[in-house]
Amino acid sequence: MDKHKGRGWFIFWCTAPAFLLFTIFMVIPTVNIFRMSLYKWGGFSNRRTFIGFDNFKTLFADAKFLQSFQNTVLLIVLVSVITIALALMYAAILSRRQLKGQNFFRIVFYIPNILSIVIISAVFSAIYDSHNGLLNSVLALFKGADAQPVYWLGNQRIIIYSLAGAMIWQAIGYYMVMYMASMAAIPESLYESAGLEGASGLTQFFHITLPLIWTNLRTTLTFFIISSINMSFMFVKVMTDGGPDGSTEVFLSYMYKQAYTNSTYGYGMAIGVVIFIFSFALSGIVNLITRRETLEV
Amino acid sequence: MQIRQSNKKVLPALSQALVYVLLGVLAVLILVPLLWVFMASVKQNSEFYGNPWTLPQGIHLQNFVDAWTKARMGDFMLNSVITTALGLVMLLVFALPAAYVLSRFRFKLRRFMNFSFMGGLFINVNYIVVPIFLMLVAGDRQLKAWGAGAFFLNNLFILALVYAATALPFTIYLLSGYFATLPTAYEEAAYIDGASRFTTMVQVMFPLALPAIITVILFNFLSFWNEYIIAMTLLSSATGPKTLPVGLMYLTKAQNARSEFGQLYAGLVLVLLPTLILYMLVQRKLTQGMALGGLKG
Repeated sequence: MDKHKGRGWFIFWCTAPAFLLFTIFMVIPTVNIFRMSLYKWGGFSNRRTFIGFDNFKTLFADAKFLQSFQNTVLLIVLVSVITIALALMYAAILSRRQLKGQNFFRIVFYIPNILSIVIISAVFSAIYDSHNGLLNSVLALFKGADAQPVYWLGNQRIIIYSLAGAMIWQAIGYYMVMYMASMAAIPESLYESAGLEGASGLTQFFHITLPLIWTNLRTTLTFFIISSINMSFMFVKVMTDGGPDGSTEVFLSYMYKQAYTNSTYGYGMAIGVVIFIFSFALSGIVNLITRRETLEV
Repeated sequence: MQIRQSNKKVLPALSQALVYVLLGVLAVLILVPLLWVFMASVKQNSEFYGNPWTLPQGIHLQNFVDAWTKARMGDFMLNSVITTALGLVMLLVFALPAAYVLSRFRFKLRRFMNFSFMGGLFINVNYIVVPIFLMLVAGDRQLKAWGAGAFFLNNLFILALVYAATALPFTIYLLSGYFATLPTAYEEAAYIDGASRFTTMVQVMFPLALPAIITVILFNFLSFWNEYIIAMTLLSSATGPKTLPVGLMYLTKAQNARSEFGQLYAGLVLVLLPTLILYMLVQRKLTQGMALGGLKG
C-alpha cells in the first residue's frame, strides 16, 4: 500500500514540472491567440474592448494582408515543388549509385541546415547585392561587364523569387537526408529483379522508389507547409523586412509587424488565427489528395 | 570495375559523368558562398569595392578584433553560450523524467499528457512568440505594481526557460520513443537489489538512454544557438543583453549603412564556426538522429 502511494508521487514529480512549463509557454499562448483575436487591443493603454469578429472583417479588406497571403502561398508552392524535386533527385542518386565521395556530398549538402537563418540571409545579401554581388559579377561574365545589373533585392517582381532561392538552398539537404533514410529501407532485391527485366534507372525510380517512400513523402508535405510559413518569416525578417513596399510581406512577418511593431495586438492575433486555420486546413487537404493505398514490402 | 570494354559501357559512363556534374554543381553552390565569407572576413574595407572575387591582399585579422570588441560580438558570444547551456540543462532536467515516466508507467493522465505533447509538435514557436512576449510584459507590469523591478523581459534566464519549454514536445517525443525500446529487465533487477524508483531512473535508465540524449542535445544545441526571433523579441531593450544571432542581425543592418564590411563578415565567421566545427565532429550522428526522430521542421 505504501509502495503504491510512493508510485503516485513519483509519477507526479516526474511529469508535473514539464507539463506545467509546457502549459505556461505553449498551451496558454496558443489559446491566447484565439482569445485576443476577438478584442480591440492596441497601443500601450492596455485597454481591451470585445469586438467579436470585427478584426477578421477588417483583415479581409486589408490589401496588405491579402498581398502577404498571396506571397505566402506562392512561396509554399514554389519552394515545396522545387525542393522536393531536387531533394528526391539527389537522394536517389546518393542512395542508388556507386559513387566516389558519396559521404562528402551528403555532408556538404546538409550544411545549410545547421546554419542560422541570420547567417544564410547575410550570405545571400552578399550574393544578391546589385553592385558588387557574387551573382551579378558571375552574370557579367556572360553578358559583358557593362550590362545592366539585376536588382535581385530591389526589383519588386524579382525579389520574391530571390527569397525562394535562398529558402530552397537552405532546405534541399534536410529533405534529401530524410528521403535517403526511407530509401535505405527498400530491399535491394526489388531493384535487382527489375534490372534483370530490363527496367531503366528512371523506370525503377518511378515504379519502385517513389511508391515505396510515398508515406514519408506525404509526411514531409505537411512539414513543407508549416516550415515554409515559418522560414519565409525568418528570411524576410533579416533580408527584406517585407519591403520594398510590401512585395515580400508574408503571413508571420505581417502578424509580427502588426502585433509587435505596431502594438495592435488584437489585430495581429486575428492574423495569427488565420495562419493557424490556413496551415491546418491546407495540411488536411494535401493529406487527403495524396492518399494512396500504402504499399508494404 | 567499370572498365570500358565495349560500346555498351559508354552510356553508363556518360550518365555517371552527368551524375557527378549534378552533384558537383550543388556542392559548389553550397560551399562557394561559405568559403567566400571566410575570404571576405580577412579583407580590408577598401577591398570591398570592385570585383568581389578578388583574393584578399593580406590577412587582415583586425576585423575579428573589431568585431569582438567594437561590435561587442565577444559579449554576445558569452550571452549565447550562457543561454544555450542553461536552456539545454533545463530542458534535460524537465524532459528526461517526464519522458521516462510517460513511456514506462501506466497512470490516469498518461494518455492525456502524451496527446498534449504530441499536439505541441505542431505548434511552431514563431506563431506564439507575441503572446509569450505579452505574457512577460504583463508579468513585469505586475512586478512594478508591487514595487519590484522588471524581471521577465531582457533576461537570459527567462529566454533559456522559453527555449527549454518550447523544445519539450519534440524532446519528450524522441526520448520516450527511445525509452520504450529498452527492456524492462534492467529496472526489475534494480528493484530486486532494493533501489528506489528515483535511483533506478537516474542511475540505471538515464545512462542507458545516452545515445538518445546526445541526439537531443545536438538538435537543441543547434536550434538554441541559431534562434533569433524569440531572442530578438524578448531581449528588445537597446541596453540589455543580446545573443549572437540578434547582435549579428543588428550588425548586418548597421554595417550596410556604415559599410564596414570586414567587421560584418568576421562576425559571421564567429557565429558560423562553432556550429560548423560541431557538425564536422558529429555529422553522422546528426543525420542518423534525424532519420530516427525525423520531425524537426
